[in-house]
Amino acid sequence: MTAPVIEATGLVKKFGEFVAVDDVSFEVPRGSVFGLLGPNGAGKTTTVRMMTTLAIPTSGSARVAGYDVVTQPDAVRASMGLTAQGATVDDLLTGRENLRLIGDLYGLPRREVRHRSDDLLERFSLTEAGNKVVKDYSGGMRRRIDLAVSLIAHPSVLFLDEPTTGLDPRSRVELWDVLRDLVRDGTTLLLTTQYLDEADQLADRVCVIDHGRIIAQGTPLELKNQSGATSLVVTVSRHDEVSRAADLVRGVVGDLHVDSDARRLTAPGAAVSDLTRIAAVLDAAGIEVDDLGMQRPSLDDVFLSLTGHTAAETSNQEVPQ
Amino acid sequence: MSVATPTTGAGRVRQITTLVRRNLTHIKRQPEMLTDVTIQPIMFVLLFAFVFGGSIQIPGVDYKPWLLPGIMAQTIAFSSFIVAIGLNTDISKGMVDRLRSLPIRRSSILISRSIAALIHSSIGVAVMSVTGLFIGWRLHEGVIRSLIGYALLLLFGFAMIWIGILVGSAMRSVEAVNGLMFTTIFPITFLSNAFARTDVMPSWLRTIAEWNPISSLSQAMRDNWGVAGQPLRADAPWPLHHPELATIIWSVAITLVIAPLALRAFNARTTD
Repeated sequence: MTAPVIEATGLVKKFGEFVAVDDVSFEVPRGSVFGLLGPNGAGKTTTVRMMTTLAIPTSGSARVAGYDVVTQPDAVRASMGLTAQGATVDDLLTGRENLRLIGDLYGLPRREVRHRSDDLLERFSLTEAGNKVVKDYSGGMRRRIDLAVSLIAHPSVLFLDEPTTGLDPRSRVELWDVLRDLVRDGTTLLLTTQYLDEADQLADRVCVIDHGRIIAQGTPLELKNQSGATSLVVTVSRHDEVSRAADLVRGVVGDLHVDSDARRLTAPGAAVSDLTRIAAVLDAAGIEVDDLGMQRPSLDDVFLSLTGHTAAETSNQEVPQ
Repeated sequence: MSVATPTTGAGRVRQITTLVRRNLTHIKRQPEMLTDVTIQPIMFVLLFAFVFGGSIQIPGVDYKPWLLPGIMAQTIAFSSFIVAIGLNTDISKGMVDRLRSLPIRRSSILISRSIAALIHSSIGVAVMSVTGLFIGWRLHEGVIRSLIGYALLLLFGFAMIWIGILVGSAMRSVEAVNGLMFTTIFPITFLSNAFARTDVMPSWLRTIAEWNPISSLSQAMRDNWGVAGQPLRADAPWPLHHPELATIIWSVAITLVIAPLALRAFNARTTD
């Protein structure tokens, strides 16, 4: 395994009495995607701000691309890109001017800034919009130009703070594709999200954070396994056949939960091998089913079982400012 | 620190010119941003020259050319306003954070803001100089003294910029900046010899007005441009007898006092 590109060790951030981030540690290997998952006010943004040199940790340390965020901030800044919450691009500049602004500030040669801007605009389908002021962009275009700007200096590490918040589903999926391309090219991503499906879709490893503390860490699969086994779910086509079907299925698997209104039978302990037997039994009895299959707990279920509340419920302790 | 820094970011000069260009592009895209240094002062010139001017009699003085430096002084005082609004907007929209996440000096952000504000105000000064030609204002004292007048104006503008950085960093919203600046800068600039003679003011008010840096600045420009009014009273306070020096001292003093506070406010606001 290669050395971690992003490394947080016992990060703590206090605002007065309020502990926004409480002893957060994690490692992100090169070329992987790390998801920081949690509700509003969980401490995700504060963690990203510390990792990107915008805030100074109260205690603990962090390294990005091998550089310490407190003692070598300029080296950290030169190696990473940041796409902050809410797309911080200049509304009054065109897309191309935004790229040039940041490219010039990175100190890239002018010709490289020009070439790189052309490439990025094309890659993000913004070539036509490149000479329009960003104020006239749609939400999805804004996010894309924001991301393009963050990539102008070829950062090896990219931090994305809630990159798809406020986007319509189509723009979200488009942005996911762009991020997957980046990872394919070797970029290491750390992204924060409130959306469990986003973490599930993109992240190799996920860290669930609530009230500033890490409450679980692992691959999306590990987290799902952690919150209970898979279950077998049968959806019966006709209401009047639910109880007869339930009796038959109970003969195959011991434990069965019946939801008559939804015409759904759930067998928590069932194995994949039970699938074919249940299918055979029901078929022999002439009972039609809409759906029959194994179901893994979603990350939503994971979050609920870990925190006692869903990710969408805003944590009542907000970060000040 | 054994590890070499991969890139150091742009050189200092390129950082600043890049950011200044950004601010000037804003003006190009939104020319209405310039109303504060064009339409507004021209309105004041017209208002005072033709509406109030008839009632503001200063014996032996041609009011209109005398008025113009006063309005220029007021306009340069508003540089602080321009900086405060621009900086506050950048902070609250997250632009300052984006800039801080880049390998550049943090002070480049403030220096470029200041330079852009001085350019902004200078456009206003140029417009007013042209306006002045239409109402009979002229430079009577030769090139050097004319330039001294303008130089003092810009020097004072530099000092005012620190006030703008302080206010822009300390206030929580653009509305708050607007409110504070309108309710302070307007009265302060009026409470001077910029628009009216001070010797007929009640004595307590006259003392305040004559020590006001706007008065020494206006006086310095009037002296150096040959549009001075009545001969100075012998008992006028020291700043009016030495307006150039007074303007320099005021500018340096304001900078020395406000700059550390402004830098502290900016750092406090933009760290964490």
